[in-house]
Amino acid sequence: MIKKINFTVNGKKRELEINAGETLLEIIRKRLHLTGTKEGCGVGECGACTVLIDGTAINSCLYLGVWADGREIVTVEGLAKDGELSKVQKAFISEGAVQCGFCTPGFVITASALQSRGHSLTDIEVKEELAGHFCRCTGYQNIIKAVKKSLENETAGTGGDHT
Amino acid sequence: MASGIIGASLPRLDAMAKVTGKAKYTGDYFLADMLVGKILRSPYAHARVINIETSEAEALPGVEAVLTHENVPGNIYATAGHPHSLDPERGDVADKTILTSKARFVGDEIAAVVAVDEITAARALKLIKVEYEMLEALLSTEAALREGAPLVHDERGSNIAGSAGYHVGDIDSVMQQADFIFSDEFETGIVQHCALENHVSYAYIDEDERIVIVSSTQIPHIARRIVGQALGLPWGRIRIIKPYVGGGFGGKQDVCLEPLNAAMTMAVGGRPVKLELTREEYMIGTRTRHSVKLKLKTAVSNEGKLLAIQVDAVSNTGAYASHGHSVMLAGGSKFKYLYNFDAIRYMPRTVYTNLPVAGAMRAYGSPQIAFALESHLDNIAVKLDIDPVELRLKNFNRVGYKDPNTGNQILSCGVRECVERGKELIDWDKKRQSFKEKNERGSHKKRGLGMACFSYGTGTYPAGLEVAGARIILNQDGSVQLQIGATEIGQGSDTVFAQMAAETMGIPMGMVNVVSTQDTDISPFDTGSYASRQTYITGMAIRKAAGEVKNKILEFARRISDLPADCLEIADANIILKDSGSIIMPVAAVALQSYYDRQNSEPITADISNNARVNAISFGTTFVEVEVDIKTGQIEIIEIFNVHDSGKIINRQLAEGQVHGAVSMALGYALSEELLFDNKTGKPLNNNLLDYKLPTILDTPVIGLDFIETFEPTGPYGNKALGEPPTISPAPAIRNAVFDATGVAINRIPIRPQLAFEKFKAAGLLEGGDQVVPD
Ligand code: FES
Ligand code: FES
Repeated sequence: MIKKINFTVNGKKRELEINAGETLLEIIRKRLHLTGTKEGCGVGECGACTVLIDGTAINSCLYLGVWADGREIVTVEGLAKDGELSKVQKAFISEGAVQCGFCTPGFVITASALQSRGHSLTDIEVKEELAGHFCRCTGYQNIIKAVKKSLENETAGTGGDHT
Repeated sequence: MASGIIGASLPRLDAMAKVTGKAKYTGDYFLADMLVGKILRSPYAHARVINIETSEAEALPGVEAVLTHENVPGNIYATAGHPHSLDPERGDVADKTILTSKARFVGDEIAAVVAVDEITAARALKLIKVEYEMLEALLSTEAALREGAPLVHDERGSNIAGSAGYHVGDIDSVMQQADFIFSDEFETGIVQHCALENHVSYAYIDEDERIVIVSSTQIPHIARRIVGQALGLPWGRIRIIKPYVGGGFGGKQDVCLEPLNAAMTMAVGGRPVKLELTREEYMIGTRTRHSVKLKLKTAVSNEGKLLAIQVDAVSNTGAYASHGHSVMLAGGSKFKYLYNFDAIRYMPRTVYTNLPVAGAMRAYGSPQIAFALESHLDNIAVKLDIDPVELRLKNFNRVGYKDPNTGNQILSCGVRECVERGKELIDWDKKRQSFKEKNERGSHKKRGLGMACFSYGTGTYPAGLEVAGARIILNQDGSVQLQIGATEIGQGSDTVFAQMAAETMGIPMGMVNVVSTQDTDISPFDTGSYASRQTYITGMAIRKAAGEVKNKILEFARRISDLPADCLEIADANIILKDSGSIIMPVAAVALQSYYDRQNSEPITADISNNARVNAISFGTTFVEVEVDIKTGQIEIIEIFNVHDSGKIINRQLAEGQVHGAVSMALGYALSEELLFDNKTGKPLNNNLLDYKLPTILDTPVIGLDFIETFEPTGPYGNKALGEPPTISPAPAIRNAVFDATGVAINRIPIRPQLAFEKFKAAGLLEGGDQVVPD
């Protein structure tokens, strides 16, 4: 069954005809060729496919394309503004949170959602928020550092820099 | 030359591409009209294919080809990612065909389809009718070694894939004269690499009739040769391209997809076909880490001197040999460097079974051997009433030790300092005492400390060939292109290579452009990423190439300046006078003239190969504190420290990252990860990320670490192996800490709560267990 959807991806309005069974991940990768969003399992186990849907970090492999109709999607490609990396992206680089990089877009997206809430978190809160993501390379050590760094100087209500 | 680039924590070259989503991995490429390949896998562990009926699948609209063992090349080849051996006797075991007429494990590759999309391909697989004749499934090494057991590979005449070992000294007489003999048995589980990126490749035939395969591989040049062998085609007709790779850990040091992917594109007239495994397929259809059963027997003197050791090991390699017995040989040859035994008898056997194929995985046999040996040593220490650290300090080798079998020598050794530092970090002496007192008071939560050590090689010499190429081209603007055949798979090699080239040439790192994609048509020959070899072997190639380019630049500067080359030097991308430091001209000026000077034009390049016949030994240790809950079997890591002698550290932040990841992998190995199979059918029970129990962020403690920086004279910059070693010693250290906490010797990993609980129960720790004493 073919369905038409209208949605915004990284600030751009899109209109697509999709199959009703297609996931948002498939649409992002295979139709829009925004390949920064990765697939590590396709069934909600790894977090590599995380995107922002109306500001909330969600596994796009579990999210049907038809549900995206009328919504605003941000992928990892949409975080940097005018060539300037977001605070989260900068922190991932400076803290050495990237190795193979396959999990990175997912973590960066979830961290961006946290950051846009505008307040800092304790270590355990950071861990709980990121618990839906696997990383096989870093032992999570520098990812935690990067996320904490990107939440530094955040106080309630200031908002994130990726919105 | 001391520019401070070596040793600095410089950010990865590819970090920007990776945080912005621009970095492209194999699966991120979509060619026009790309087809999809899918594999029909055996539902049975051991069965002969009697008949395959493909006509219905072929008739399905959208299906472009159906492949079986009858219509793909039937050459038998070895898949292990090793250099080709000129001596056929020493090559890897060849036992694989592209598709098989005999299923050897649940998941074996019986047929394949190429279709216009995934749904069609999946439907077509269901339409293929395969008739099987069932054979007995051999699901353990005991079953496979049993007299009269069926053969996994009829052609091989035995279920033993390899049994070569080695010996040192006269073990029987040493054993006879020893004060004590200790024996123990150990077992390690089957684990999987679980790189976040599943195995994926795509293939097409180009306009010159050459087969191009883009693959998530650690070993492009080796893959080219193996594809040639599998297809029976000249190797020069194959071209392998490696883009960004989302983690390998040894699983991609094997040729799993490429020959079949090549056969797929050949079946559809060269149109592009993508072959992308699902997570479930990846976890059983590629490679695993060998599970090994080990019997250790050690002779020790009254003073705690280790005299002799006998290791009897049975390794389960699964359905195909892959790296097979090499893993056991490598694992068993590296502990020699750690402790000084007068005599050793190493008797490994690598056995075929009807389980998924075991291959290379981070530290290649050493984690299994170290788990057994280091646990065994703690059992001995307790029996002799010696502190486990003291026992080890008494027996460590030193600089100058020569491997009696190969003659390879230890030239740098910081193992004592590593252990001293580890003791200090965890506060060993004080805590050992206080935990003993606390644990005796009878709380059901007990604290313990454990430690373990390792030694490990850098590269594969003398067992294997070591060769690496580097090519440097000086651009018109004074920057350079650095081409290597060594592969960046996430470990950070491209970044340290750029640091090395910059250091030797006297230019800033920003002027080194590393060509990150390997392409066997273009990249210099290098065997690839494995054996923690690249910063050492390829690093030396880069040092030589960079030195040559530098000399050529100075020589060119002499020609155009009339100053003698030997009074010139390069610093900060300027040609300077060695003595005064005064600037003669920028390197960029030389570079430009080297291209366009009408008399002297001769663009500057270097293209060298480093054939290494050295192997540097890395050392290190893990110290860990655990809290064990006797009532639940839960083991919590309170503190863990890895301390490494990897020679000179080239990039501190990247080095720390290697330790973090390797320790985390070892935590899973010790406590939670294991691939499980139905013990009657051999069907996998947990080949997905939910049930397999990879450590999550919540399971992972703070990973402490330090480096003892020795200077390794054979290393290009004093460096030696780091990528794999940190994953070797955590598992035995944790096991030893549990032993220290509870007095219960658990000789199998993973030590999941259930196993721990059963052991505690069997040891009588749960009796009268309701008394709760506050900690
Ligand atoms: S791909 Fe969506 S959670 Fe793994
Ligand atoms: S960096 Fe490789 S999986 Fe996280």
